[in-house]
Order: sequence, then structure tokens, then C-alpha cells
Amino acid sequence: MRTIRAVAWKEIQVYFGTPIAYIVGLIFLVLTGIFFAIGVVPSENNPFPEASLSNFFQWSTTILILLAPALTMRLLAEEQKLGTIELLLTSPVRDWEIILGKYAASLTFLLAMLLLTLYYPLLLFIFADPDPGPIYSGYLGLVLYGAAALAIGMLTTTITSNQIVAGFVAMGIIAALSFVHFSSELLGGFSALLISEIGLQSHFEDFGRGVIDTKHIVYFLSVTAVFLFLAIRALEFRRWR
Amino acid sequence: MEDRKPDNLMIQASELTHYYGPRPAIQDVNFGVKRGEILGFLGPNGAGKTTTMRIITGFMPPTQGKVTLADYDVVEQSLAVRQRIGYLPETVPLHTEMPVTSYLKYMGTLRGMPSRQIKRRISDVIDLCRLGDYHKTIIGKLSKGFRQRVGIAQAILHEPEVLVLDEPTIGIDPIQVVETRRLIQDLGKEQTVVLSSHILPEVNMICERVLIIHEGMIVAEDTPENLAQRLQGVDQLQVEVGGPVREVTAALRQIKGVTEVTHRSQQGRNVFTVQVQRGQDLRDEISRVVVSNDWRLLSMQLVSMSLEDIFLRLTTHEEL
Ligand SMILES: Nc1ncnc2c1ncn2[C@@H]1O[C@H](COP(=O)(O)OP(=O)(O)O)[C@@H](O)[C@H]1O
Ligand SMILES: [Mg+2]
Repeated sequence: MRTIRAVAWKEIQVYFGTPIAYIVGLIFLVLTGIFFAIGVVPSENNPFPEASLSNFFQWSTTILILLAPALTMRLLAEEQKLGTIELLLTSPVRDWEIILGKYAASLTFLLAMLLLTLYYPLLLFIFADPDPGPIYSGYLGLVLYGAAALAIGMLTTTITSNQIVAGFVAMGIIAALSFVHFSSELLGGFSALLISEIGLQSHFEDFGRGVIDTKHIVYFLSVTAVFLFLAIRALEFRRWR
Repeated sequence: MEDRKPDNLMIQASELTHYYGPRPAIQDVNFGVKRGEILGFLGPNGAGKTTTMRIITGFMPPTQGKVTLADYDVVEQSLAVRQRIGYLPETVPLHTEMPVTSYLKYMGTLRGMPSRQIKRRISDVIDLCRLGDYHKTIIGKLSKGFRQRVGIAQAILHEPEVLVLDEPTIGIDPIQVVETRRLIQDLGKEQTVVLSSHILPEVNMICERVLIIHEGMIVAEDTPENLAQRLQGVDQLQVEVGGPVREVTAALRQIKGVTEVTHRSQQGRNVFTVQVQRGQDLRDEISRVVVSNDWRLLSMQLVSMSLEDIFLRLTTHEEL
């Protein structure tokens, strides 16, 4: 536990000490702010908007496809590039402690980012009378979605020493899993059911509507666990290559 | 215990072979390191030193062969091995964005040291490695020499039983080299040290035993003194003679016991290097020959062969 904390703490310090993390945070806040505003401010298309965060939630998941990999891509790729992995892997630290420590750091940063978005619901509660249910469930869904996206990023950063490759491959996987449900609409039948079951986005929708279904929670936690497990195995493999 | 642990060996490597590609980087390497010993790996670039170090530190497994450290198998019981080593990799990879103390604290925690011990040891190693003025500096802003010190500081922080130092003095200035060597010698009084180097006098100075590695194979193993003696089949004499080069060379070659004579011109003076079979003192004979030919004997000096010559001999086609 102490080791995981040490690994995580080091990475958290890096996040808060480097511009990239601030850029990621800023982009996230600006974009989600725009989509939040579009969702709640009256316009020609939408003269009587709902006091809800549904637009914010929907777009946040899409934005995270790009930003979650930006948070994880450095974590192990850079250690491999700079050679610091040599001292990390020759320290008496278990592979799962390394992966979980680094993952915990990225999750912490994501939670900090989401914490800063809480002023959107705050505004709604001050100026309108929103239904709190979908707001709570939406945030829960967003955290679970983000956790899964970061786990995917952990796998790719472990596999390559090239940060950019790690980032883009993670984006590809998350995007594929997010948008796979569109293809299910074309296919129909059993394969459509199967595909919509593996899609990240289709499992997120209910959360946005205020429904907390354990099925979806289990789904996101499983994706997270599978990718973290693969990342640990990849690091073990890296050690014995 | 006794029968299981021959000679109280701290590290025992047997038949190590490692392939990166089709050609072996090291081949059939065997060695043992005694508890408390300072062992040096000496060899030119590409000899296989780093490969060997990476195997004994558990960074990568050998393609074939086996290493035990404190009786733990480096591959099978990797964690136990890693708890007992301090390692300075050749490239000194450090987290350049961290200040020195934070970095050392991080490394201490990874090594499982209790916080209080970390604090105490950080101040110890900062003194030992003379990092006092820079303990708050970001590592990326330090010079190469100071980074090397941080690298050594992290390697000794947890007082490991075994120190593995890959080219610990490469690329630092001469004064720091001297300090670093002294530090390693001090550490070697308590700990088992394995270091690699391509610099002969360095290994000669620091190590109690030397393994000469060349093209992935160990070609010699002994104390620096014994190596010098064992491999020194000949003594050398530097003789400065005033006389015609060709005739002098021929005359010197005639002397019984002389194996080789080479000539070079040094600032207009004729210096002959005379190789003599070991244990023969031919100085009287040489001076007699020179004088009887009416040449002038200007100087004569016995040069005991250094490890450097041995090395050049062992690795004759090396480009330094
Ligand atoms: N990661 C690697 N991939 C491929 N070949 C390597 C790698 N590391 C070392 N080698 C090769 O293995 C041989 C031994 O290298 P090394 O152990 O680094 O020698 P030294 O440390 O004595 O300079 C060299 O021929 C080198 O080119
Ligand atoms: Mg090397």
C-alpha cells in the first residue's frame, strides 16, 4: 500500500507540476462548459431548455475519449523512453503496485477535474429547480466511464515507449468501444445485441437518464479490471522480454 | 548451511548466455562474487558488461543460465534479490523533474524503507555524495557529475548488501572521478560491490578482483596484481641510444633473451622498446652491446607491464 501511494504521489506531483495536465484540465473545463451552456441556455432550436446536465454528460464522455489518454500516455511510456524503468523494475516493487499506483494518480487527476465541473450543477440548483437524480447518477456514470478509459490508457502506455503512440492507440480503443453501438443499429439480431453490450456509450446512457443499474456498474468495473489486469501482464512481459 | 553455500558466495552466475538478436551479447559467463568483495568487470564498449549487470540485478532474465544472489534465484525469487541490491545503471536514468531530496525519498519508499530511516539516510547519503548544496535542486538542472552523485546516492540509500555500479565514473570530470572512486572503495569495506568499467587504472585501483570480458566472454580473472604478473610474459625496457636505427635494432635483436625490438623517434631521439623474456635482467648485456659498437647509451628504463598493456593485448582490435 505504501508503495502504491509513493508511486501515485510521485505522478500526482508531476501532474500538478507540468503544463500538459493543466492544458488537459483547461480544455476539459472549457469544452464541457460550452456544452453545459448550450444545453441550458435558451436558443432558437431549443427555446425552453431543461434545467439538466444531460448535454454536459453526453459530451463529457466524448471529450474524455481524447483527454483520458492524454493523462495516461506518459505514465509508463516515458519511464521506458528515459530508462528510469530500469530502476523502477529493479526496486522491490511488484508489477501490480506500479500499475495501480500510476493508475490511481490518473484517476485522482480525473476526479479533481470533475470536481471543478460541480459548479454547473451548482448554478442549476441556484437558478433553477433541476431533478437531482440524473445529476447524481450522471456523475457516477462519468466517473465509471473515465475510470474505464484511463485503464485502457494504462495498457497502451505499458506496451510502448512512445507516448504519442500510447495516446493514439488508447484513443482508438476507447473511441471504438464508445461508438460501437452505432454499428449495432445497422446489424440487427444477436450480433447487434452483443455489440451494444460491449459498448461503453450504450452502458453510459442510463446513467444520464437517472437510472442506476448494477448491470452497468458491473460492466464499467469489469472493463476497468480487465484492462488493468492486461496492463499488469504487459509489464510482467516487459520485464521478461 | 555450509555445504549448501560454497565459499560464502554472495553472487554466483553460471553459464550465462544472452541473445538480443542472432548473435550472443554474452556467452557462457561464469563467475562468483564473495561477500564483501569489490569485483570489477573490465572490457571495451560492447563487451557485454551492461548485459551482465542487467541480468544480475533482475532487470532482465538471461536467455540461458542462472544467477543467485544471497542464495536467491534472480529470476525465480526476483523480489528477494531486488530487496538486497542497489543499482546504478550506466545511463544514470533519474526522474529529472524532481528535486534531489524528493527523488531520494521516493526511491527509499520504493525500497520499503520506513519514513524515519529514509529521513536519516537521506541526510547521510547527501553528505557522503557531497550533494549538500544541491539537495533542493531539480535533478534536471544538475550537471552530469552531480547527477552521477544522485545516482550513487539512490543506489546506497537503503544500505543494500550488494551494490551494482555500471560504469560509475563515465563522463564526469577528473576531480569527481577521484572522489567517486574513493567513495566506492569506502563502500566496499562494508558491502559487496560489482562494478564495470572500460578504464584500466580505475579497476586496478578500486577492485580486489577483476574479470576481463571481451566479446561476451570472460577472458581472464584474477587480482589486478596477479593478472599483471600472470599475463606479463615479458618485461619491457625503454632504451635510448645514439646510433643508426637499423643497426641498433639488429644488434639488440641478437641478444639472447630479447624477444622483440621496436623503434620510435621521440623529439629527434631514438627510443627502442626492448621486450625481454620474463625474469631476465639484460641491462648489463644491452649496455655492453651498445658501447662495444661505439654507440651512445643515453638512457635505459625498466617498464613493468601494466594492466593496460594486458588489456590491449587481450583486446587487440579495439578502437578506443
Ligand atoms: N537492447 C539491446 N538490443 C540489441 N543489442 C544490444 C542491446 N543492448 C546491448 N546490445 C548488444 O550486446 C552487446 C553487449 O552490449 P553491452 O552489454 O551493452 O556491452 P558493454 O556494457 O560492455 O558496453 C553489444 O554488441 C551491443 O550492441
Ligand atoms: Mg555498458
